[in-house]
Amino acid sequence: MKEGKFKLDWLILPLLGAMAVLLVWQISSATWAKELPSPSETWAKSKEYVMSPFAKRGEMDQGILRFTWYSLTLVAKGYAIALLIGVPLGFMLGLSKIFSKTFDPLIQVLRPVSPLAWLPLGLVLFLNAGKQASELGALFTIAICAMWPTVLNTAMGVRAVPQDYLNVAKVLKLSRTKTLFKVLIPATLPYMFTGFRLSLGIAWLVIVAAEMLTGRPGVGGFLWQEYNALIYEHIILCILTIGVVGFVLDRLMGLVEKRVSAV
Amino acid sequence: MAFLELKNVSKSYAAAGGPVQVLRDINLSIEKGEFVAIVGYSGAGKSTLLSIIAGLLRPDSGTVTLNDLEITEPGPDRGVVFQNYSLLPWLTVHENIYLAVDQLFPNWAPAKKEQHTARHIEMVNLTRARDKKPSELSGGMRQRVAVARALAMDPQILLMDEPLGALDALTRGTLQDEIARIWSEARKTVVLITNDVDEGILLGDRIIPLTAGPGATLGPSIPVNLPRPRDRKAINHYPEFKELRRTVVDYLLGDGGKRTAVVTKKLVLPDIEPEDLSRPMGIWNRRRPVRRSEVKRETIHL
Repeated sequence: MKEGKFKLDWLILPLLGAMAVLLVWQISSATWAKELPSPSETWAKSKEYVMSPFAKRGEMDQGILRFTWYSLTLVAKGYAIALLIGVPLGFMLGLSKIFSKTFDPLIQVLRPVSPLAWLPLGLVLFLNAGKQASELGALFTIAICAMWPTVLNTAMGVRAVPQDYLNVAKVLKLSRTKTLFKVLIPATLPYMFTGFRLSLGIAWLVIVAAEMLTGRPGVGGFLWQEYNALIYEHIILCILTIGVVGFVLDRLMGLVEKRVSAV
Repeated sequence: MAFLELKNVSKSYAAAGGPVQVLRDINLSIEKGEFVAIVGYSGAGKSTLLSIIAGLLRPDSGTVTLNDLEITEPGPDRGVVFQNYSLLPWLTVHENIYLAVDQLFPNWAPAKKEQHTARHIEMVNLTRARDKKPSELSGGMRQRVAVARALAMDPQILLMDEPLGALDALTRGTLQDEIARIWSEARKTVVLITNDVDEGILLGDRIIPLTAGPGATLGPSIPVNLPRPRDRKAINHYPEFKELRRTVVDYLLGDGGKRTAVVTKKLVLPDIEPEDLSRPMGIWNRRRPVRRSEVKRETIHL
């Protein structure tokens, strides 16, 4: 038998790991973290949210998948904006040395700023938008936080295109647009997808923070509301949901990456 | 007036410590339909010379003219076969060649372009691998695709930069015969850069050695009067072949090679220090470090 490999090991080993975590949780809630609800209490309180995930009993009292859906729609919009701005920006940074020297310090300064710092600015920017203000603010925050991996990875990919391919384009006298679409973009695609994956992770992270701060309906909003309502079981439910959805999104992006960049 | 003419071409590169002159006073005249082989050491500037003829680099001084028109930028009239094949890895064999055909003959009907592409794939015996990506092909096959692409452009002159350099010796032999066969069918003007003297004599009408760098220049042009088609097995029995070979190799190793070849390639070696077994073992079972009193200096006179 091979070392460490047996039938269904991809299923059994993670289940064992999860059970170990559940055990630690149970012990913690019984000993040093008395306020932390135990696994069984969590399940009891969360049952109705999980079992009827699409129910809508009130604005902030809906099934868990409905909340997830709200969050996902917002992420989708913000992520799309991030990509639409990020990819051209990355290309310009990679292609033009002057552009790179001008804007690189600025990007390095903006990159480490936490979404929690961007959100108030976003709300201020769209203060006059009335009802749309919190949505636009959230979108702004998602876009500006999720943009950077795409920008930097695309720029790196463009710079990493082998000179050989560019020589071929020169000898064939390809026009600038043709060089862009037929040589540069396919050559940069693997790097771009790394950026897309990282950006998606960040976008999902940011939406939770944005919802918590603005109180919009969604997983993050529900989490913060339940914290204020002292129903701690739901906090854990939200954390698990956020984690699972993030994992699924990452896997989906990985599948798309495999299909597209089969070089 | 010669077909391709280089007059007093020189090229230098900027390097830390002053400019390094790579090529010095290159004069070359090539007639239409000739097969010229340029032989030289690695790092002497052969690729630089070819890039200048292709138009990918501009010379510091001197002129390069093709059909009396000065060459200032690369173009499809000078087809290039690169040392690293330079096939676009996300396109199949067919698509790689079609890209060139489509770019060069945009007014043709699609059927005609397909036919042109298919003919060139057939010319290099790769019809079976038509829809494969370069990663699925061997080195020799990739190089054949590169040659097919260069020929599909219908260039006035074909430039080959050490095309068989990255292949094993056996595949090289097969591909040399292929190139000879294709040339006899297509009859293009060819400039072949190589480091193999035998390859140059086997394929070329003329063989010109490039002296060792820095400041490499072309040696005397040596005509190859062996009859075609040249059989590599029979060629060894021709006295002219041995004479030619001796002339070229003597030139390269003697006058042409007087200056030490300067290879300025950056090597990244693994960070492992070899163990010096002559030093005694210290404590903890490790080699004792060298003491200052043990350091000796040795002078060697060359």
